[in-house]
Amino acid sequence: MSLLSVDKLDARHGLLQAVREVSFSLAEGEILALVGANGAGKTTLLRSISGAHRITSGTVSFDGTDVTPVRANKRVKMGIALVPEGRRLFGGMTVEENLEVAGRTGRPGQWNKKTVLDAFPVLRENLKRRSGDLSGGQQQATSIGRALMTNPRVLLLDEVSLGLSPVAVNMVYDSLQTVIASGATIVLVEQDLARALRIASRVACMLEGRIVLEGKASDLTREQVTEAYFGLRRPDAGRAAS
Amino acid sequence: MMWFDQILQGVFLGGYYALLACGLSFMFGVLRIVNLAHGSIAVLAAYLVWSIADLTHISPFIALAIALPIMAIAGWLLQRTVLERSLRSGSLTPLLSTFGLAVVIDNSLFQKFGADTHSLDIGDLAYNSWNLTPDITIGQLALLTLVVAVALLGGLQLFLNRTPLGRAIRATAEDPDTAELVGIDSRAVYAAAAAIAVATVGIAGTFLAMRATFDPYTGATQLIFAFEAVVIGGTGSLWGTLIGGIVLGVAQNIGSQINPQGFLIAGHAVFFIVLAARFFLAGRDPRTLLRALRRAPA
Repeated sequence: MSLLSVDKLDARHGLLQAVREVSFSLAEGEILALVGANGAGKTTLLRSISGAHRITSGTVSFDGTDVTPVRANKRVKMGIALVPEGRRLFGGMTVEENLEVAGRTGRPGQWNKKTVLDAFPVLRENLKRRSGDLSGGQQQATSIGRALMTNPRVLLLDEVSLGLSPVAVNMVYDSLQTVIASGATIVLVEQDLARALRIASRVACMLEGRIVLEGKASDLTREQVTEAYFGLRRPDAGRAAS
Repeated sequence: MMWFDQILQGVFLGGYYALLACGLSFMFGVLRIVNLAHGSIAVLAAYLVWSIADLTHISPFIALAIALPIMAIAGWLLQRTVLERSLRSGSLTPLLSTFGLAVVIDNSLFQKFGADTHSLDIGDLAYNSWNLTPDITIGQLALLTLVVAVALLGGLQLFLNRTPLGRAIRATAEDPDTAELVGIDSRAVYAAAAAIAVATVGIAGTFLAMRATFDPYTGATQLIFAFEAVVIGGTGSLWGTLIGGIVLGVAQNIGSQINPQGFLIAGHAVFFIVLAARFFLAGRDPRTLLRALRRAPA
């Protein structure tokens, strides 16, 4: 049975339809890379799954339960956590407070302050600093650590490398390896195709709100994904082996 | 020496203003609501404590302990029934709804208690003082008010910094949407914050009833003093509220020393000077000024 299932999901930003009839499912332990150009609807899709964005139609099911009407905070308690685009830390609070405020959900699991600090050593030396004063990479590590503190069963990562220096991106992805190694189920939105293809078990490419290509990462070539990414591939030709 | 005594009395008066402004500052810092019913709620609390003490013949301090949970529940209900709905309709609606609430409270109190003034009987505490020198005296009630204000503000600060609910309140005040994404029920947190804010107004209302007489329409004046203290100290900043209250109290006392009618004028003048300075420093842009006035509780 799939852990996360999205069925014919539509979402709008006012008059603009950002996500159109998107359907996919995700089994426990899978890593799905969601790629696509800016404005393809990836962030809106992740926010819709997390409950942060109200959808216009379709359903989101988690562990067999329809969570479409469930508010974002309740979805976190069920095990869906989003690392939002732009980090969205509580800038006036310290790194430690950012972690602790997420830890109060009380979900049991392997992640606590110690294991998060072990996975992201850069946070250990900055625990008492205001998160608003950190560098981009440190902020991203805090944001991922904060999401892990809720002990999610599905981790939604939105543009973790956006605006970071190459060194900071490497640091964040090195730390993410610990999360991946723990068997986490992840939906990853990433602009860096090579990196996304490297760590994902499955890839879905979005274009103008639709998934135009989906398949196992090992079955797709970089050219196929690039064509779909830029809209050179017709939508009806999508859906590789999945 | 007379000037020193006036300044000292101003500091004590500032303690009362800080106590009064605490709930207003907290509510603005967390909920982003300028509660125009703040003064009326303080007077409502004064009537509640006075009624409990009058009916049961118990100490006003015990009556306050009974009234506090009632005020907290009232704050929770106020958030869930009025403020939460108002906030959904934009930032102007809470102003109008709390203004309306003030009118309802004032006139309901007038209907129930009439226009007679009342005061809480606290015995000798109202008059007792220590004479440090022939020119300098410290009133026991004034000192108690200042101590309670510092304890309340300090306690709130500790609560915000050290407790899980306090951190959730700070997170929600900073970014309610992201707070939801880390599992915080922002509606529940807002309701808890409103309960705390109104409970602190209950304490302020009790001290109002101890130190002066009150009637159903006393709330408007109390709102102005609280608002001035909050703006002088920086909205949403708890320790700033204490400083703002003290600055206002000292200004009023110095004003009254200069001229018998200078009490209110000096307070208002300091308020306008601070407001103008913030406006000037913010580059004369009213939107920037609003941002400059806002500070999350930290």
